[in-house]
Formats: sequence, structure tokens, C-alpha cells
Amino acid sequence: MYEHDVIVVGAGGAGLRAAVAAHEAGADVAMVTKLHPVRSHTGAAEGGINAALREGDDWELHAYDTMKGSDYLGDAPAVETLAQDAPEETISLEHWGMPFSREDDGRVSQRPFGGLSFPRTTYAGAETGHHLLHTMYEQVVKRGIQVYDEWYVMNLATSDEPDPNDRTCHGVVAYDVQSGTVEGFKANDGVILATGGPGQAFDHTTNAVSCTGDGHAMAYRAGVPLEDMEFIQFHPTTLPSTGVLLSEGVRGEGGILYNDEGERFMFEYGYANNDGELASRDVVARAELTEVSEGRGVEDEYVHLDMRHLGEERIIDRLENILHLAEDFEGADGLVEPMPVKPGQHYAMGGIETDENGATCVDGLYAAGECACVSVHGANRLGGNALPELIVFGKRAGYHAAGGDLGEAEIDTGYTDSVEDEDDTEFPVQPGSAGLEPTGDDVAADGSGQVADANGVLERAVETESERIDRLMNKDDGVQHAEIRSKLQKAMTDYVNVFRTEEGIKQALEVIRECREEYRDVYVADPSTTFNTDLQMTYETRNLIDVAETIALGALVRNEFRGAHWRQENQIRDDENWLKHTLVSWNGGKPSIWYRPVLLEGEDKTYEPKERSY
Amino acid sequence: MSTQQQEQPDTQEAPADPEMKGAESPQQERLEKKEQGLAEAESVDESDVEGESVHLKVFRYDPEVSGKQEPRFDEFHVPFEKGMTVLDALIFARDEFDSSLTFRHSCRQAICGSDAFFINGSQRLGCKTQISALQQPIRVEPLPHQEVVKDLVVDMDHFYDQMHAVEPYFQQEDLPEGELEEQRQDRENREKVKMSTRCIWCGACMSSCNIAAGDNQYLGPAAINKAYKFAMDEREDEEIKEHRLRILEQEHGVWRCQTQFSCTEVCPKDIPLTEHIQELKREAVKKNLKFW
Repeated sequence: MYEHDVIVVGAGGAGLRAAVAAHEAGADVAMVTKLHPVRSHTGAAEGGINAALREGDDWELHAYDTMKGSDYLGDAPAVETLAQDAPEETISLEHWGMPFSREDDGRVSQRPFGGLSFPRTTYAGAETGHHLLHTMYEQVVKRGIQVYDEWYVMNLATSDEPDPNDRTCHGVVAYDVQSGTVEGFKANDGVILATGGPGQAFDHTTNAVSCTGDGHAMAYRAGVPLEDMEFIQFHPTTLPSTGVLLSEGVRGEGGILYNDEGERFMFEYGYANNDGELASRDVVARAELTEVSEGRGVEDEYVHLDMRHLGEERIIDRLENILHLAEDFEGADGLVEPMPVKPGQHYAMGGIETDENGATCVDGLYAAGECACVSVHGANRLGGNALPELIVFGKRAGYHAAGGDLGEAEIDTGYTDSVEDEDDTEFPVQPGSAGLEPTGDDVAADGSGQVADANGVLERAVETESERIDRLMNKDDGVQHAEIRSKLQKAMTDYVNVFRTEEGIKQALEVIRECREEYRDVYVADPSTTFNTDLQMTYETRNLIDVAETIALGALVRNEFRGAHWRQENQIRDDENWLKHTLVSWNGGKPSIWYRPVLLEGEDKTYEPKERSY
Repeated sequence: MSTQQQEQPDTQEAPADPEMKGAESPQQERLEKKEQGLAEAESVDESDVEGESVHLKVFRYDPEVSGKQEPRFDEFHVPFEKGMTVLDALIFARDEFDSSLTFRHSCRQAICGSDAFFINGSQRLGCKTQISALQQPIRVEPLPHQEVVKDLVVDMDHFYDQMHAVEPYFQQEDLPEGELEEQRQDRENREKVKMSTRCIWCGACMSSCNIAAGDNQYLGPAAINKAYKFAMDEREDEEIKEHRLRILEQEHGVWRCQTQFSCTEVCPKDIPLTEHIQELKREAVKKNLKFW
């Protein structure tokens, strides 16, 4: 068994920042990550870091823009913390040598981004995330922080009191991918989940293959609620065969969207008569899918994004990377032909419920970054707000886990008797593992309260995972993970995509239930303990089933149109009924849904919901 | 087990340039040739492959599974789709035919640097290599000159050790006062280091380098390029720069490079690695540091 003060799971932007903060607070920190840190998906972020750095801008404007963009589902204490801390955190990156783009006077460059009242998106070329990731990793190397890379965390070691709010997380159980060894990692002060997004729940996503919602699923099964999972951002211009994203810059420069009949459909069919191609992401994404479903899509699948009229010179000057992306990943030449695009899953606004210090309701368990829901993005994330979230809340989580004092949190976590329960939505099938034959590993904490001391909790967790591996490896036939995963992904894209109907979501829940049943029969064909990705992907697939189900459950109960979530049955933002967060608790395998009111009270002002007009 | 015996493409035999003069022009030529090469070298009419299957020959090895302990090639036939990359084909083969087929991959968009393989005899990223640009059957092997862990997975520890050996972190201690005060940097200076900052640690360069193959202690192109990024960044003081150059000019540092340009040729991010190494040699000479 390994032992450290703070264990950080995942080594993207949030995890690295958390590790540095915990280290600076004096803790012995270790990072346990299934990828080497520089492989993390933070590296794919292009846009930039919103931070109010310049004269004429201030954090209050940033907070206001963020709250408006969230469609009034962000919590004010979280939104204001993000806006207040982002400037200092951004300059810290500069002090650590991050190669930001520069102005003539040598200061870091900022540019305008959608939904911002001031050009405050601080950037480093079109590869801001790559530079942030590498700069943060350099700081981890500099400090000699221990990194267990290519160790896959299989589960949390959590005590099992009946009420999740009474539980404590004592560490994690991880598997050394290269050797197959299973080990307990004891965390004396805290475990920080920084495992990224759950994009692989969909079959068409800009997210990496590694974005499988591992942290979400582990926290969920340990009793931590998942919050606002129905809010998924879909990006309107991704390449059909890979999901690689073509930046909004193409449309910003004048790129035009056409359907198969050569019509400029954004205007022709009135989707956005004022803004056309530059309407907000969710509007354009819905327009594209409407074209396809009404038979005007190219090959019944996608639409065309044309930039040829901009001329070779302008394209090469401003959009050269787009040419490379289309060529390398789709085999399309943007100079001589329109590029195929369709909407793809891009970002999850929801996640593991935390307060503004990164803490969850389980003692010693933290989350930060895309896997967490503080919540700053509410129903829709603004471009340029993902990266500051990583560094601001990564740092806070790391500092707090190491024993630093950040004051009492204003955001509540965990289910209590005072919250509002859901009781009238009918589910087509039983969600969770209830009703299925128990396998003994569906709960991280079984609620029996039998084992309380840290070592005992860890030993039991290691034993459980070792047994699970044996069972998966010793089984000779059955279903393989790839089959279940692709069935799940397809159902999510078919039914819980940008268009959501009650009937469709219920169908998705039925398929998810089938996947869960089939997973009872899953087996790992590769007999090797050396670099067994078959085994790892089998674990990931189970996590995806749990996470996908929470997305579908949230989408089913929230019968309104807010931010990125659209429901056919009620196409308005219903503030009277829905100014509240959706929370799903695993509840020992029998998921329950409940709500918590959104916090619109800021430090010294209240954010009054205004009508959405963009 | 290692793939050290792989044949190297003969294009690597560029003459050394002892005086380091004119390094820019061969560099330029190389880059141009590389671009042309991409267009011409293996151009295959797309109609040849559309609707047909892709024929892959994939290297297999597992130290503990009988039948895989002796390295072998497995053949896979995968249905072709427009825009398909080598990585797409490998994923299809794994998910549909053999779940034990093992390779690293993550982002699918040439930024995580996980999937550098030896494809038809050169180091390339699987995700960035279009099937339609390759002759079939397509041979996919692990990166040469590294220990093979299993199938296409190589041990990257040595590569990481070399990256860490150049003190790859910003070391300026004297920062502007005030938490919100940034250091200034000229646009030109940022432009100068720009290409060096694009490295994704894929290891293609190191694998292609004959010097690195023969001298295990050689820092290698990626690590030297990482050091270049800091050494050329005006935000670090002269004192630190000299310290950096001392690390680089040691016996297994920049002077080992024989300007063969193989690293520059395979770099999937088009970083002018050889030129960066040459420039650091010139800096070391200017600073009058020991010449090995």
C-alpha cells in the first residue's frame, strides 16, 4: 500500500494545479493518473482563459456575463469566485513561463469571445490548453511531485455509513496498467478527483477516448450526488468521422453553412434571421440536425461549412490550422471543397456536486475541473470559461485538501431532509442496479457501517477490486465491452442529443438498462496482465453506463428549455419551476432525484434572471 | 525485446554540416521536401480504396502470452471509409476482431502525442495519417529503438527521463512585483520560441534519430528542443541561460547531433528540431563554453 497526504486522481489542468497547491501548502502529494500528464485532454482546448485583467474590465462584469451565459443556473458564490480568482491565477501561469500570445507592449494578449462584454479571453495561439497543460506539468516536475502515470484508478476507498454525508474517503484503489498490479493508495488528508469530462457517453464527441467519466461514476457510487448532468454542450462544427472540432473562428471569419441543396439554411429556413451562422452554439446545432432530419443533409448525416469564398490568402493567414484539421482528420481540402460538419458532444456543464472549496459531501473527497459541478457554468458554458475553472478551483481544492483555510463555504452539498424531492416523474425502467442480481461491487459503500478505520476500508476496497478483476479475466465468454459501449453511445446520440423528447429519453433509459443487464455478462478476452487495455476499457464502460444514465434521468425530469438543454414538450425557460439544480444520488443502486434552489445572491448583488435574447 | 534492427529509410543520410553554416537552407529544403513528400510520395487515388477494405499488418508481441512471445505480424482487413486514419483502422480492428490488440491513443487529434507508430517505415501519428495516403498493406509497428511493452506500446520511461534531464521548467526567480503584474515579452521573442512550444512528447523524433539509437545517454531532439524553448525565452535571465547551455553542451548534448534531419522529417508538429539544435550549438560557441 502506498501512502500520501493528498492523492490527486487525473493529471490534466485541474489535477496538476491542485497538486501544486497542495504541495505548496506543505502536503506530501501524489498524482495517480491513467495517462501520462501531458496526454491529458486539457491539451486540446484551443480558445483561452477568461480573466478580467485590463482597465475597463472587472471581475463583476465577468461574473455577470458568466451568470447570463449560464441561463441563470450558475451559483453566484461559485461564479463570483471564478471571476475574482481568475486574474491572479492567469498571471501565475505567466510567471511560470506559459507562452501567451503578446501585445506590442509585451503584455499578454486578450481577444473577444462569444457572450463576453469585454475582450478578456487570454490566449496562447490557438493552443491555449496545450500550453496550460505543459506549463503546469513543468511546475509539477520542478517540485518533484510524485506521479504514478498509467495507473488506472478503479474505485474509491470510502467508509460505509448509511448516510453519505457521514462517510469518509480514505484513498483509492488503482491498477498499474503496465504490470497489472492492484494497489491501495491511502490518502491521509484527502482525495481530489480531476478526471475530466464524460464525453465518451456519446458516439460523436470532441472529447478524447479517455474521457469516460471515471471520477463521476466513482464519486456517484460512493454516495456523492451528480448535479445538472442533463446540461451537455454540443458544438455545431465537428468533423463527422472523428468528432474533431473546427473552431468557431471559421464562422467568425465569414464561413457559411449550406445544406445538401446548396441553401444557406440558417437564413433560408429562419433559424437565426439576424445572426445566421453566428447564432449561439445550441441554435446552430439544432438547425443542422433539423436540416438532416428533414432530408436536406448531405449523405443524410451532415451539412457543409464553406470557406472557399474567403480566398486562399485570407484562409492561410487566419484559418490555416483549420485546413490542416480538415485534411488530416477528414481528408477534405477546405480550399477546394466545403468541409463536412455536424454537431458533436463537447462539454459537460454538470458533474460531481462540490462547494466552492472543491469539497463534496463525503469527508476527504474533492473534485475539480470538468468532472466537478461547483456550479459556474449552469445550463451553458461560455467559451473561455473552462480553463479558468481548472486553475481556480483546482487550486482551491488542492489547498483545502492539504488543510488550508478558505473559510466556510456558502454552497451546500449532500442530500438533507430540507431539500425538494422528485416524486412524480415515471421512469420506463428501474434505473441503477436495483432489481438486478447483486454482484457485490455495485456500491463503493454498502451502508452497513461495518468497517470504519482507514486501513480496513482500503484493504476491503483492494480486495473487492482484485476479485472483480479475477471474475472478469476468468470468464471465458459473454459480451465484450466494445459492443456495450457502442450501443450505449448510439442511444445517447440518438435520444439525448440536442433534440430531446420525453419519448426519446425514455427509450434511451431502456437501452441503458439493457446495457446494464448485458454488462452482467461482460468478459475480458485478453488474458494478459501486461498493458491490458481490454480490462481497463471494460471498467470504463461500466462507468459510462452509470454516467449516461444520470444524463438521461436529468434530461427526463427537466421539462423546460434552458441553456443547452432543450425539451420538445416545453420549449420555454420555465423560471417559475426550474430555477433549481437537478441532483441524482446513487442511493445504494436505487437512484433518487432531488433538487436544490440555484443561488442567485452574490456578494453584494442579486442576479435577476433576464430573458434570453441570443 | 526491442526493434532496434528496423531498417532506417535511406533519406536520413543527409550530410553533416560541421561549420553549421547554411543550416537554414537545408532546413528549408527539408521542410519543403517533406511537404511535397506528403502530397506525392505515396499518393494513392482515393477511388482505389473507397468501398474496399484496408489491409493492415500489425506487429504483435506480449511477453507473457504464449503464442505472442515470439513477435509476429497479424493481418486485419477493415472496411474503408472516407477520411479514415490509421488509428481509426486500428480501433476498428481491436473493437471488432481482437480486443487484445494494444496501442496507446487518446485525443484522436494530434495533441496528446500517444499514438506515434512506425507506419510503412516511418514514424507517424496514427490519428494524423490518412489511410488513403498509404500503400497497402499498411505495416504498423511500434516505434523503433525503444523497448516494446506489448504490441504497439513502447516503454516511454527513457524518453521522459531525457525530457526531465534538461530542467524543463521556467526558472526566473526575479518576477515583477504585484500579483497581477506580468513579465513583458516581445512579440518577436514569442514568435521565436513558438514552434518549439508545440512539442507533444510523442517520441517520433527520438525514435528516428540514429545518434540516440547508438548513444543511450544522448538527450535527443525533443529534450533539446524543450531546453531551446527556455533558453531562447527572453523572460529568463542570462545567468539561467548559461546554466541551461551548460546542461546542453555536455558530452551527450547538442554536439552529438550530426544534422541528419531525420527528427525534423518525422515531427508531426513540423518543429524545425535540427535547426533548434544548431542554434543552441551556436549559442554555446558564442558563450565560449567547452567544445566536445
